[in-house]
Order: sequence, then structure tokens, then C-alpha cells
Amino acid sequence: MKKFFALLLALVMTLALAACGGGQKNDAGAQGSGSAVTIRVGGIGPITGDLAQYGTATDWGARIAVDEINALNGPIRLEYDFQDDTGVADTAVSAYNKLKDWDVDVIYGCTTTAPCVAVAAETYADRYFQLTPSASSTDVTAGKDNAFQMCFTDPGQGVAAANYLKDNSLGSSIAVIYNNGDAYSTGIADAFAARARELGLNVVATQTYPDDKTTDYTVQLNACKDAGADLVFLPIYYTPASLILAQAKQMGYAPTFFGGDGMDGMLDMKGFDKSLAEGLLLMTPFNASGTDERTRKFVEAYQAAHEILPNQFAADGYDCMYAIYEACCQIEGVGDMDNAQLCDALIALFTGGQFSVDGLTGSGMTWLASGEISKAPVVVRVESGVYVTQ
Amino acid sequence: MKKISKTSLGGFINYGIVVLAFAALQGLTSMGMLSNSLQSLLVPACCYVVMAVSLNLTVGILGELSLGHAGFMSLGAFSGIVVSILLQEIIPLAPLRLAVSMAAGALAGALGGAVVGVPVLRLQGDYLAIVTLAFGQIIKNIIMVLYVGVDGKGLHVAVKADSFLLAEDGVTIIKGPMGAVGVTRLATFTAGFLLILVTLLVVQNLVNSRAGRAIMALRDNRIAAESVGINVTRYKLMAFVISAALAGAAGALFGLNYSSTVASKFDFNTSILVLVFVVLGGLGSIRDSIIAASLLYVLPELLRSFDVAEYRMLIYAVILILVMLGANNPAAQDFINARFRKKRKTKEGTVK
Repeated sequence: MKKFFALLLALVMTLALAACGGGQKNDAGAQGSGSAVTIRVGGIGPITGDLAQYGTATDWGARIAVDEINALNGPIRLEYDFQDDTGVADTAVSAYNKLKDWDVDVIYGCTTTAPCVAVAAETYADRYFQLTPSASSTDVTAGKDNAFQMCFTDPGQGVAAANYLKDNSLGSSIAVIYNNGDAYSTGIADAFAARARELGLNVVATQTYPDDKTTDYTVQLNACKDAGADLVFLPIYYTPASLILAQAKQMGYAPTFFGGDGMDGMLDMKGFDKSLAEGLLLMTPFNASGTDERTRKFVEAYQAAHEILPNQFAADGYDCMYAIYEACCQIEGVGDMDNAQLCDALIALFTGGQFSVDGLTGSGMTWLASGEISKAPVVVRVESGVYVTQ
Repeated sequence: MKKISKTSLGGFINYGIVVLAFAALQGLTSMGMLSNSLQSLLVPACCYVVMAVSLNLTVGILGELSLGHAGFMSLGAFSGIVVSILLQEIIPLAPLRLAVSMAAGALAGALGGAVVGVPVLRLQGDYLAIVTLAFGQIIKNIIMVLYVGVDGKGLHVAVKADSFLLAEDGVTIIKGPMGAVGVTRLATFTAGFLLILVTLLVVQNLVNSRAGRAIMALRDNRIAAESVGINVTRYKLMAFVISAALAGAAGALFGLNYSSTVASKFDFNTSILVLVFVVLGGLGSIRDSIIAASLLYVLPELLRSFDVAEYRMLIYAVILILVMLGANNPAAQDFINARFRKKRKTKEGTVK
């Protein structure tokens, strides 16, 4: 009987844990003021699992924007909820349906590509406007008029990277290491390879690895070293990239490393030796050490809440909220619209050519009819632990 | 005589449970009383029920450990998707196309099962666990680099994006790491329900047949079974291939329930998830597999209602551990038996 009571006690503790978690309920914007119209924004992204750091960043960045917007006491208030998709497509669809039960107006997400493609097909059928902070594949927006991106597309980034190398005559022999099990990484690498051929860049080695859980990259690095590459292009996320930098240093191999926007966030990894990233070039739309008023305020608020520097995922999330807010402010009678009407009105506005948003990741950002964003890519170099715009 | 009628009665109760659950859920849906999030879980829950029952055939009834059941699901999912897109013009009727796709998925799963089973099931020991573990990984990695498309000239398959060239009118079906995108959703809850019924029909009839008794004899004592002339490899292979085929059909239904599917979904974790359903439900018991799979699949989504955010999966894990402890806790078992199985126990007592 003793054992049985121990089990019962454990059950009670689990329920208590569930109840405690309930105490953390997000009520940002829950108390609407009288005259303002409330728009419900439902976010989807991984806050548990292998990709949790990216989803958490997009969630936290958006929350700061929501708090700021609601403090403005403007004509629109945002009510915000974020559902976990663990980075998996079918869970993301469940999360989306949970948001539908909550009477969501606009979908914000998903953070990662594969879930976003699955959810975009659902929102397209159900007529919800969807804006993703960071799902960068062209498959997210292809054939769907309601899906828009805040980030660069993967092919766009690959082409921009090749152009940048050509224009600045960087790298006499170039090597590429990418994750061929990942849509983001493969998308950039394929476009880069095609553009590099057109421009006549000297690509001497192309190396792959199967997933981001890989911990040993010495084989790939040795191949790059043996091919005599003096610049290594890494269109990958920062977790594997940090290992590549550390292992290259151990090998005594010191080419210039060049990465995409997935690289942003490396400097704030726990236990990462910042000196490893010295001289690293990366394309990112956001610089946390930027000095303009808005970036400073955002970085301060983010650090106060979470004790780390925000990365471009957080900044894209922040900009998404402002894009939704400013668009809704411009639509007449937004309070009486259902999700389909709001979706059509927002699509008309986003693709109308008149609408632009200033944010942390760019100013005067506009959208193409395809759902792609048009904003200028920025290349930064890491110098003594901070980004310096090139 | 009494014993046989009892097992077939158990089988009929299983059909009854499934039919009742289906009728109740359909009723709730048509009355609009089922939330969107629960409705979206119906089809995947059916897939996982079939997965759990089919894995139970390998693990519980055949007594061999399979750690790569998601690999067969993956084979079924992607072959089902390819077939459904190829047949888009030929079979315009969606339910029929779904049925054909699921049959193709089952065939692909069976082929995979035969490839793994023919060499490995001849061996004694836990080799099947090792090989299926590797098989799941191999399937995942192959599909991740596979590009499949169709155009006027037929089906094109490549392992690299730059060697994958389609004509202007071509449709890309599987795009390497992006997986299959742009899939027309064919799966319905009714299809899932029918698949569960077919699975029950196949598995229960197999278990109660001569072959099924041979399979269970092999599980209980291989040497004794061999000595009475049971062909070890043949019966092991029969159970394993049927199990793989059912997993393939479940995979096809799963793949056709989403507009995009990636290979990394069907990884080791998914295999273990299904194994957890089987083990927690009870090895060898088909009814408990059905109940465990449907409850445990829906549970993490139900936990969203408590608004526990990032603690959701932690709580799910703790609940799994508690169920495991509870199922093996004699005090808890006595308690359950005393409360809920009183009648049955006394009945059994009188029979004895």
C-alpha cells in the first residue's frame, strides 16, 4: 500500500506542476481598453525539442513588440498566444488548430520551414493571413497568396552571398559545408552553387553532413583544407557552426568563414569562446550592437527579460508584430471583419505597393506579390566580440 | 471449446470498441462539439493506433524487438504520396485513390520488411533490433537526399538537386530535405477507421489461426516449436512482413493527411514513441495497444489546454513514467483489479 501512495503522491505532484505552469499564462494584452479593436495573433514555433532556441527567440521578440504596441494605446490592441510545435510539421498543424479554437485572427509563424509549409497549406484553405518571421524556403509562399515572410528566402540569400564574394573579391578558392538534411541549408547552398558557377567563382570543395546533431566535422574541414580553400561558406545554423569554428582552430586551419542569417546568435551561446568567431563574416538583417534608438530599446527590454542578447530571430519576430499592427491600423472597419475578410484586406495591403514597414531588420520593408520580402541584405564582420557592419 | 470462444469474443469486443468510438466521434463532429484541435488529431491518431497494433504483432506476439518501425511508416508515406500524385489523372475519385495509395504504401512496407526480415530472421538473438534500428536511419537518410518528380516522360529520380531536371510541365513530388510538398490531402477519419478495422481483422485472424499459434509457440520456446516441426523463418517472416505492411499503410494515410511531409519526421524517436504505446499498453494485448496509442497520442495536445507552455512535454514525460510505474506496481494493479475487474476475476475463479 505504501508504494501505491507514493505513486499517488507523484501523480498529485505532476498535477501541481501543471497548475504551476498555468500560473505563467501570458496575458499580454488580455485586458483590452474600451474603444480599441483587439486583434488576436497566434504564434507557432518550437519552444521544446532540438530547435527550441529559435522558436523561443521568435516568441520572446514578438512579446516585447506586443507589450510596446499595447502600451501605445492606439486604435488596435494585440492579443497574443504562442503554441509549441516542437519543430515538427504534424504537431504544428495541431498547434494551428488549437489557435483556431482560440478564434485567432492572424497567424504568426512558424519559426521553422517544414512546419511552416504544412501550416501555410492549412491557412491558405481556411483563409487566415500568415506572416512568418523566419521560415525562409520559397515553398512556404509558393502558390499561396496569404503567406508572407519577414526573412530573406533561401535562394535569395545564396545568390546574395555569391554576389557579395564576387563584388568584394573575397576568397580565391571557396569551399562550402552544408547540412544536406535541412531545407534551409540546402536551399542556400544550391542557389549559391548555381550563382557561383555563373559568376565564375572558384568553388574547390563542397562538403555535407546529415543533421545538426553531428558533433565531428573534422572530415569535412580536412577536405576543405586539402582542397586549399581560403574561404569556407557555411549556410548553416549557429550550433553546428560553433563546433566547426572550434574544430578548425584545433586543426590549425584558419580560412575566412562566411555564414548566412542562421549564424546570428552564436556569440550569445552559453560557454562559447567569442575569440573563435573573430573575423567571421555573416549576412544578417539585425545587429544587436546597433546604436539607433529603437534597436537600443529593444535590446534593453530583451536583456532585462531574458538576460541574453536578442538575435535576428527575435528581431524578425518583433518586426512581424509591428507589420501586423501597422497594417491593421490602415484597414477600415477591421473590428467587424472575420478572418477571411481580414486576410483578403491584409493581402491587398501587403501587395498593394503602398505599404511599407520600418523595423529592426530594415527600413522601408515591402513585400512582393509572391510573399517574399524585399529589404537590403547586410554583411557584418565579428570584431572583438561584436558585429561591425561591412 | 470454451477458450476459443473467449478469444474470439475478445476480438469482437475490439471491433465493437473501435466502431463505438468512431460513431461517437463522428456524432460529436457533426454536432460541432469537437474542437478543431481534436478534429485534426483524429487521422494521425488512427495512424498511430495501426502502428501500435502492427508493432504489437512483432514485439508482443512474435516476440522480436523492432526499433525501426517508423522506417516502414516512412516507406509507406512517401510511396503512398508518389502513387497518389501519379494517379491524379487516372483515378479522379479521391477515396479510391487513397485506397490505392494505401495499398501501395502497404506493398512498400512489406517489401522493406522482407528485405530486412529474410536475412535477419534466420538468426537467433536480438539481431532484428539492431538491423531495424539501422534500417530506420538508412531510410530516413536516403529519402532526405532523394528528388522525385514526374513529367511527360515519366518518373524521374535523382539524389542531387543539380542532376534533377524536369520538363516544363513536370511536378516535383519529393524535394530532398524539403520532403514531399504540395500533396493533395486525401486522408479522412473514415479511411483511418476502416484501416483500423482492416488491421484488426488481419492481426486478430492471424493470431487465432494455425499460423498464429505457430508464431506464439516460437515466441514462447523456439527449440520446442522447432522440434515439433514448425518452420521458424517462415512464420517469423510472415508475422514481420505483415507488421511492416500494416505500418506502410498507416504511413501512407499519415503522409496523405498533410500537405507536406519530411523524412526526418520518421526518425528513431517516432519508432520509440510507437514502442512506448505498445509497451505501456501491454505486450501482446491488441485492445490495450489501441487504447494506449489513442490516449497517449492525444495527451500532449490536450496538455495545451492547461497553458503550461514549455513544461508541456516535461509533464508528458512524467506522466509516461508514472504510467509505467503504475502498470508495474502490484499495489496499483490490485487496486484496479479490486475496483474495476472484480466481476471478471470471480468469473475466472469459478472457471478455474
